[in-house]
Amino acid sequence: MADTPGFFGRLANPTFFLKLSGAVLPWLTGLTVILMLVGLYLVFFFAPPDYQQGETVKIMFIHAPSAWLAMMGYSIVTIASIGSLIWRHPMADVAAKAALPIGACFTLLALITGSLWGKPMWGTYWVWDARLTSVLILFFLYLGLMALWQAIEEPSRAGRAAAILAIVGSVNLPIIKFSVDWWHTLHQPASLTRLDAPAIHPSILIPLLVMMVAFTALFFVLHLTAMRTEVLRRRVQALRLTQVDAARAGEGARA
Amino acid sequence: MHAFIRLVARDVRLTLREGGAVSTALGFYLVVVAILPLGLGPDLNLLSRIAPGVLWVALLLAALLSVERIFHNDLEDGTLEVIALGPLPLELVAAAKALAHWISIGLPLVIAAPILALLLNLPANAFWILLLTMVTGTPAISFLGSVGAALTLGLRRGGLLLALLVLPLYVPVLVFGISAMNAVITGPASFLSSYLILCALTLATVVLAPIAAAAALRLSLA
Repeated sequence: MADTPGFFGRLANPTFFLKLSGAVLPWLTGLTVILMLVGLYLVFFFAPPDYQQGETVKIMFIHAPSAWLAMMGYSIVTIASIGSLIWRHPMADVAAKAALPIGACFTLLALITGSLWGKPMWGTYWVWDARLTSVLILFFLYLGLMALWQAIEEPSRAGRAAAILAIVGSVNLPIIKFSVDWWHTLHQPASLTRLDAPAIHPSILIPLLVMMVAFTALFFVLHLTAMRTEVLRRRVQALRLTQVDAARAGEGARA
Repeated sequence: MHAFIRLVARDVRLTLREGGAVSTALGFYLVVVAILPLGLGPDLNLLSRIAPGVLWVALLLAALLSVERIFHNDLEDGTLEVIALGPLPLELVAAAKALAHWISIGLPLVIAAPILALLLNLPANAFWILLLTMVTGTPAISFLGSVGAALTLGLRRGGLLLALLVLPLYVPVLVFGISAMNAVITGPASFLSSYLILCALTLATVVLAPIAAAAALRLSLA
C-alpha cells in the first residue's frame, strides 16, 4: 500500500483531496441546481393535489428526502468512523466530522416538516410514535457526537472518540428502519421500496424520486464543501501554531 | 479469571466503603419518585398507570449519576494505568468495572424499586415483574454507561456530556422494560416477547460495550 497507493490511499493526501473535490464540486453544484429546479417544477405544476390531503401532500416532497438524508448522513458518519478507526484514514475523520451538522440539519428538517404535515393530517404536531421517536433519538445522537467533537480539543483524539460513539450509536439505524414493522403505529410503513405493487401513482412518484436525487446531490455538495473547509481550517490552525512557535523562538533568542 | 473477580471485588468494596456513593444514588431515586406525584397530583389511578415508567426513568437517572465514577477515581490516582499494564486485557478491565458498578449501585436501586412502587400504587401482581425486568435490564444500563464514562474520561463538563451521549442509547432498554411490565399490568400484549428482547439487549450490551469502552480507554491512556 505504501508503494502503490490505491484511490483511497491517495485520498489520504489532503492536497490531492482538495484538487479532486475542487474539480468535482462545480459540476455537482450545477447538477444539484438543475435537479432542484426540475424537481420543484414537477412538485408544483405536475404533481396533483391528493384527494384526501389536498395541497399538504406537497410537504412530503421535502419531508421524505430529508428523512432519507437523515439516515444516509448517519450511515456516512458510521462508515467514515469505521474507516478512521481501522485504517486511520485522515480524510475519514474529516468526512465524519463534516457530515454531522449537515445530517443533524436534515434530521431536524424531517422532524419539523413531519410535524407541520401531522397537524392537519393527524390533528397534532407530535405523537410519541415509534418512528418519530427513533428519528428524534437519531437527532440526539447527532447532537451528542457534535458535543463530543467540541469537548475534546485535540482533533485526532476527538475523531477517534466520536468514531467509537458513532459506531455504538449506529445500532439505532436498524431500529429506525424496522420500528414501523415492529410496533405498527401511526406512521405509515415504507411505500417507496415496495417492488411488487406500486403504492404511489407515477404522477407523485416521479417528482418524489427527482427530489430525492436532488436532495442527495445537495447533501454531497454541502458535505464536500464542509470537508474542504475543515481541511483548510486545520491548515490555518497548523500555520498559526508554527507562527506562535516561531515568535516564541525569536523571543527566546532575544532574551 | 482470577484477576477479573479480584478486580470486581475491589471495585465493589471501594464503592461500598467510600460511603455516600450508594446512599446518594438511593436518595436521589427516592426524591425523584417522590417529587413526581407532587407535580402530577395524588390521583392513585393515574399514578398506578404511570408507575412502571416513573420507576424506570428515575432508576436510569439515579444510575447515571454514579456512572461517571466508574473510571474517574482510578484515572486520577493513576491506578487505571497500572491495571492497564497488568495481565488482564483492557476489555475485561472495562467489563469488570461495569459489573462492579452494577453490583454496587444497580442492584441496590433495583431492591429499592418495589418499596418506591408502594408510593406509586403499583398493582400487586406487578411487583415480581418489576424486580425481574429491572434485574434483567440494569446490567445494560451499567455497561452502556461504562462506554460513556470511558469516552468522557478526564474532560471538562464530562458529567453533563455523559448524560447527552448515553441517554439516547438507553431508549431501547427503557422501552422494552416498560412494555414488558405493561403487558402484565394491562395486557393484552405478550409479556414474554418484550421480556426476551430485553434479555437480548442486555446480553448484546454486556458483550459489545466493554469492547467500545476499552477502545475509548486506550485513547485516554495513550
